Amino acid sequence: MSQSHRIPGKGLLIDRARPVRFSFDGRAYQGFSGDTLASALLASGTRLMGRSFKYHRPRGAMTAGSEEPSALVEIHEGAQQTPNVRATVQEIYEGLEARSQNHLGPLAFDLLAVNDWMAPFLSAGFYYKTFMWPRAFWEKLYEPAIRRAAGLGSLSGRHDEAVYEKAFAHCDLLVIGAGPAGLMAALIAARAGADVILADEEVRMGGRLLADQPEVGGQAGPDWAAGVVAELAALPNVRLMTRTTVTGAYDDGTFGALERVSLHRAPGEAPRECFWRIVAQRAILAAGALERPIAHPDNDRPGVMLASGVAGHLAKWGVNPGRVVIFSNNDGGLAAARSLTAQGVEIAAYVDPRPIPVTEDFPVYAGAEVVGTRGRMGLKEVAVRHKGGTSMIEARTLALAGGWNPTLHLTCHLNTRPQWDEKIAAFVPRPGAVPGLSVTGAARGRFSTAACLADGAAVVTEVLADLGLRAPDLPVPGAEDRPYGIAPLWAVDAGGRAWLDFANDVTTKDVKLAAQEGFRSVEHMKRYTTQGMAPDQGKSSNVAALAVLAEATGQGIPATGTTTYRPPFIPVSIAAMGAGGRAEGFAPRRLLTSDARSRAMGAPMIEAGLWYRPSYFPRQGEADWRAACDREVMQVREHVGVADVSTLGKIDVQGADAARFLDLVYTNTMSTLAPGKVRYGLMLREDGFVLDDGTCARLGPEHFLVTTTTAAAGLVMRHMDFVHQAFCGGWDVRMSSVTESWAQFCIAGPKAPALLAVLGINADLPFMGCAPVTVGGVRGRLFRISFSGEQGYEIAVPTRYGAALFDRLVEAAQGLEGCAYGMEALNVLRVEKGFITHAEIHGRVTADDVGLGKMVSGKKDCIGKAASLRPGLTEAGREQLVGLMPVNQGEVLSAGAHLYNERDPATREHNQGYVTSVAPSPTLGCWLGLGFLKDGRARHGQVIRLDDGLRGRKVLVEVCDPVFFDPEGGRMRG
Amino acid sequence: MRIPCPCCGPRDRREFTYYGASVFLDRPAPDAGLEAWDAYLHLRENPAGVTRDLWYHDPCQSWLEVERNTVTHEILSVCPVAEARA
Repeated sequence: MSQSHRIPGKGLLIDRARPVRFSFDGRAYQGFSGDTLASALLASGTRLMGRSFKYHRPRGAMTAGSEEPSALVEIHEGAQQTPNVRATVQEIYEGLEARSQNHLGPLAFDLLAVNDWMAPFLSAGFYYKTFMWPRAFWEKLYEPAIRRAAGLGSLSGRHDEAVYEKAFAHCDLLVIGAGPAGLMAALIAARAGADVILADEEVRMGGRLLADQPEVGGQAGPDWAAGVVAELAALPNVRLMTRTTVTGAYDDGTFGALERVSLHRAPGEAPRECFWRIVAQRAILAAGALERPIAHPDNDRPGVMLASGVAGHLAKWGVNPGRVVIFSNNDGGLAAARSLTAQGVEIAAYVDPRPIPVTEDFPVYAGAEVVGTRGRMGLKEVAVRHKGGTSMIEARTLALAGGWNPTLHLTCHLNTRPQWDEKIAAFVPRPGAVPGLSVTGAARGRFSTAACLADGAAVVTEVLADLGLRAPDLPVPGAEDRPYGIAPLWAVDAGGRAWLDFANDVTTKDVKLAAQEGFRSVEHMKRYTTQGMAPDQGKSSNVAALAVLAEATGQGIPATGTTTYRPPFIPVSIAAMGAGGRAEGFAPRRLLTSDARSRAMGAPMIEAGLWYRPSYFPRQGEADWRAACDREVMQVREHVGVADVSTLGKIDVQGADAARFLDLVYTNTMSTLAPGKVRYGLMLREDGFVLDDGTCARLGPEHFLVTTTTAAAGLVMRHMDFVHQAFCGGWDVRMSSVTESWAQFCIAGPKAPALLAVLGINADLPFMGCAPVTVGGVRGRLFRISFSGEQGYEIAVPTRYGAALFDRLVEAAQGLEGCAYGMEALNVLRVEKGFITHAEIHGRVTADDVGLGKMVSGKKDCIGKAASLRPGLTEAGREQLVGLMPVNQGEVLSAGAHLYNERDPATREHNQGYVTSVAPSPTLGCWLGLGFLKDGRARHGQVIRLDDGLRGRKVLVEVCDPVFFDPEGGRMRG
Repeated sequence: MRIPCPCCGPRDRREFTYYGASVFLDRPAPDAGLEAWDAYLHLRENPAGVTRDLWYHDPCQSWLEVERNTVTHEILSVCPVAEARA
């Protein structure tokens, strides 16, 4: 495509020496380096860029910036496909593939354009009044159709491999926006020695100085800006951030910002975007203002743009708008007309509803309005209604100048609303709305270049004083200081649909309809019409829409107010916000010292919280996990097995009051525990439910080691810290987590003593005893405790020796016909013995529920004691821990299944309890279950029904004692 | 949100665990009766304004009483729980 609409010599940002080829809707185009997609398309004469959301009307670019509502495209980059990209922001790169959105069939022949003819039936809220009948049609017809029609762009459906980054920055002063006000503020602050971050959304700093190019201090605006930027770039206390949009203001001077790192290049090694969190002592919002369109009939055709968009495209990318009609209600629009004329653009008409003088270099229609347009696929004519009647004026571009809205969004992110300024017919920020954030320039309603420069200097001087810095003397350069005369015109009174929100296809008729139907508050109008809810979040439509509403309700603009402003200011990809959190970056991995060896032995690893633990250790010829698990269980019960149990929490407690402290947190008494002994203990939450169980070993008179379950390690540490710090002021006790300091392995089975002997350890410890030991020259600890129900020990060494010890243990076990065993076998062994884990201690059971009521000492207070005695937790009928065995030996049990009397239906009213753990037991030759059953302890021997609705499994089970194997515990006690 | 830990200085909120209103520091006597314990465990004011909460700073394991404003998000004071009821 040739570049037929380019003006020679114009275009600040393009490099004519570097052509760039790209495609749009499959068609090849050429632009220049520095072009946006919109500017390159416009320069090639293409104005049609998309179809509107609801009516599928042909649309083009309206603006030259990030507020673009209509020209939303998809960028295709292999697996990565980004929808709703603003064509005015996307810079072209060699090979860029862009596609228009939201049409069925080609862009020029959208089959869904039939919606435009059906407009009378599709006004605001139509979906609240339709799709209700016949009822049967909803699921099969209406909903699928609505889902297909909804939304704008589409995704690739493939995994996105692109890299995103996140970063953090701190500074004394964050300046948001690098137009005249922002540049002045940043320059003065930088010279004063403050740490400054200057962020601007655009590729090059300068703001409206680049688009309007007024003189500043005798220089061309862009040259002055470049000079300031050069000075700032050379200073060590300044960070310049271009292509960076500050997206939100949060507490304590925290700001979010999205940097477009490499979206302007073909995908490669660099991150595509970076999401910044910036903490600033002070911030200055110099974000400028956004121009408003004017609502008139058919104001949405390709070729209808904002005047600032026309000026911006011409100045920055040299785009020739062709013959232009300008429709304006303010002096800024008139200035734009003069400026365009001076640059060689043909102004076919300047239309202004105000009674202004008619002496210009172009035709002026005063006291006139635009009442329509023609040219469905691209503007051809503009209908102007004036004193003499209505004239049709040929034009390629209609530039709308409806006035300016200060870009104050960030000031409202902490739940305040802006205030209405009658003089400039716009909302301005409320001072102090965000603590530490000052506003300057057009963002607070100063619209002339001189006013912006002066205001930037004035505001930064105050802010620097707050920071304890002195602003250097810097004269404010001279510039134009035009008055801003404006006569508000929100909507032209003429027949035909007039658009307010171009992105969501909301017209003045829709807003009036909302008011008529009782949706009179601005928040209701917004949701009912969807005005302001599109990707542009109403940047070009909010104020006009509420003005139309204000007139319809008679309430006036100040009383109507705005809707709530929320971050982010522009769309932020979730990939950027969540940068680093994908795949392994999502959560840290906690690895055991035996991890490498376990993986080398072929063990699949499973997640236990953040830990990775071996599931089973497959041997040659074993078909599946079950075969390995059955074998491991039998090897432990008949020979010996070793397993890594380092993940259990370990808390070291020391001090003269350590015993007294443990008596307070445990239900049973630890102060009577002799040194060298270990006791099983229970901890309650203060509300009387079981918090955790574990063992407590007394290593010395004032030295204890508390263990917790893997899942609750952090929770118990926090809890013990709380009890200590809140209730034990002045006690002589200290505690610390040592979970990661010790690698701990259990050795279980009849040959456990023999294995210890192989390692040179004397296993002469009574059951529930502990002692220091030396293994391989390393000092460690030995505990005689059992979670398997076999004679068992746990041996602990400092973590750095864990891997070596595991190797020795595995070798020794294998030499005794034993093995390493994993989580599956560990679970079977403990279920066979009725030992509980957090599957049973799920937060809603009492000590008595799990059969450990006797462990709550009657002789002392402890955390949770008082609440555990409340009637609700002690009354009859509670669900109690039981064992379950299938009546038919071969049947499989399910954890999570519910329990019912044999002949009762599986309904809530008949629920008798539920299953918490199941295990296939080679020892007993059937599946076993642990669960909670109403009055369970009184029902041993009863046959009830286990009902797993998810898997359709119904099994008759016999209720029994949860200890299925060796109930006397003889095997453990040796 | 940042909370100034007396031990570590101002730290990001993500280093802290929130635990509820600081009335939890006023543990009733074991024999105070059901109503006192029910209030202690389950009943809380929910002010739009100044509140006193318990926060745990994970890195230094300090339990803190934080006085803050739930409307303005201002943090008014922070002290270790041991000093909160001194």
